[in-house]
Amino acid sequence: MATAANPEVEAARPASTDPVVVFDDVSIAFDGNEVLQNISFQVMPGETRIVLGPAGCGKSVLLKLANGLLLPDAGRIYVFGKEINAMPEEDLFAFRDRIGMVFQEGALFDSMTVRDNVAYRLIEEHVSAEEIDRRVLEVLRFVELDHTIDKYPSQLSGGMRRRVAIARAIVTKPDLLLYDSPTGGLDPITSTTIIELVVKQRDVFHTSSLLVTHRLQDAFMMATHRFDQAENRMVPMAKGELDAQTTFLMLHDRKLVFDGTTQELVHSTNPFIKNYLE
Amino acid sequence: MPENKVEAVAKQSVLSLQNYALLSGRAVATFLNRPRYLADFITQADSIGVGSLPIVLLTGFFTGGVLALQSASTLAQFGAAAITGQLVSFSMIKELGPVLTSLMVSGRNASGMASELGSMRVTEQLDAMRALGTDPVRKLVGPRILATIFVLFFLTIISDAVGTLGGAMVAIFMLGQDGSQYFHNAYQSLQYPDILQGLVKPLFFGFIIATIGCFYGMNTKGGTQGVGRSTTQAVVVSSVLIIASDFVISRFMIGLFGR
Repeated sequence: MATAANPEVEAARPASTDPVVVFDDVSIAFDGNEVLQNISFQVMPGETRIVLGPAGCGKSVLLKLANGLLLPDAGRIYVFGKEINAMPEEDLFAFRDRIGMVFQEGALFDSMTVRDNVAYRLIEEHVSAEEIDRRVLEVLRFVELDHTIDKYPSQLSGGMRRRVAIARAIVTKPDLLLYDSPTGGLDPITSTTIIELVVKQRDVFHTSSLLVTHRLQDAFMMATHRFDQAENRMVPMAKGELDAQTTFLMLHDRKLVFDGTTQELVHSTNPFIKNYLE
Repeated sequence: MPENKVEAVAKQSVLSLQNYALLSGRAVATFLNRPRYLADFITQADSIGVGSLPIVLLTGFFTGGVLALQSASTLAQFGAAAITGQLVSFSMIKELGPVLTSLMVSGRNASGMASELGSMRVTEQLDAMRALGTDPVRKLVGPRILATIFVLFFLTIISDAVGTLGGAMVAIFMLGQDGSQYFHNAYQSLQYPDILQGLVKPLFFGFIIATIGCFYGMNTKGGTQGVGRSTTQAVVVSSVLIIASDFVISRFMIGLFGR
């Protein structure tokens, strides 16, 4: 049996119309170099926000801030209505039960099998072995990797490792998913497989998410495709139709230079955005 | 500017010291409340204790042997070759047993901890652990500290015994001394403060080895090259700290017990 959710965390569950994530004038610097400056945006329930920007512009830092893995130098960050930058680390460990994160290179524990990696959180919560096996198999089937359950990460390809990382992030059915360049360094076919999984999670479970990428083709594929549960695959939407729940943020030179829909992004007159999209 | 460089190095040193103290303090604080990682403690105790046993046995045995070999000739000049056993047991139990065992364990395990945690750090596994709701200090650092202190205590006792035995082998079979005289002297000359001194030291040395190894591992930067750098630094710093703290503990204990 799964351990009951933390009562404090349960109490903090917001009404469905409240934003899931709020960045309010957030800035952070490393060794005196400012990486993000006065960043403000929101993620609404069920919304998927794609964070675009050139490499090294602070996209991954933004994601780590949203999970409380880094603390801002200025500004406030609210997740599920709680100001996470004011929470002690001990409380954050329990709070992260509602947040799933997929790291850039997967960040799987290399000394553990796929089963133990995916089940990590469940093992920590002392869930019974039978329940763990059932839930691990369920999510591994979701990412179509149930045959790898006893393998070690080193025995998997790059794409398979990302899929296991996604399985690990969703095994507890989180309310917020953070994807850090889930397709970075992968070939186009494998990237499409990963994006299909992200779209499946978005359309089947309607999980709010923040996805960081510098690959425009992945971002636009998410905006123009939906997951067809009957066919169990991702299909293109009707011509001219866009997913209303998928919106964009763009970072450039430490600042947020765009916050809006797909249509607004492609019709933006900002020279940097126009240049980026070309 | 050289002044700026000196200032930067001084600031960095103070910052490192502060971070080391904070990590050590947080790790010790995790012993006081749940969750506790007993399985990780046992795994680490097995890895550090059983894994280090061969090198500790060999080091202890040959140190005791060479001590007997070197001291017997000098003692013979004063007609005191009969107290070889006393000199070997004194030296092994009070100084060489704890210090050499700790240096061996440091070379093997401080480096191991720094490289393991360093690799986890550069591959974002530590961040992943935090993101999955686990405190890496509680799960990785705490059990390593407890396990190192626990096993080093027993490894030191084994090293003391094997060193005294090594000295006996040399004294009896190479120097032709009487075995019962050797063991009689080795045993009779020891007093409780001597044994206490030898058993208190590994507790401090174990703490130094584990905290330094974990500190450098968890603060690794710069990819695989950084892991290598952390590993080297962990061994060098823990070795120097062991020898320096040995002096301080010895002085304190001698002051306390008068021997």
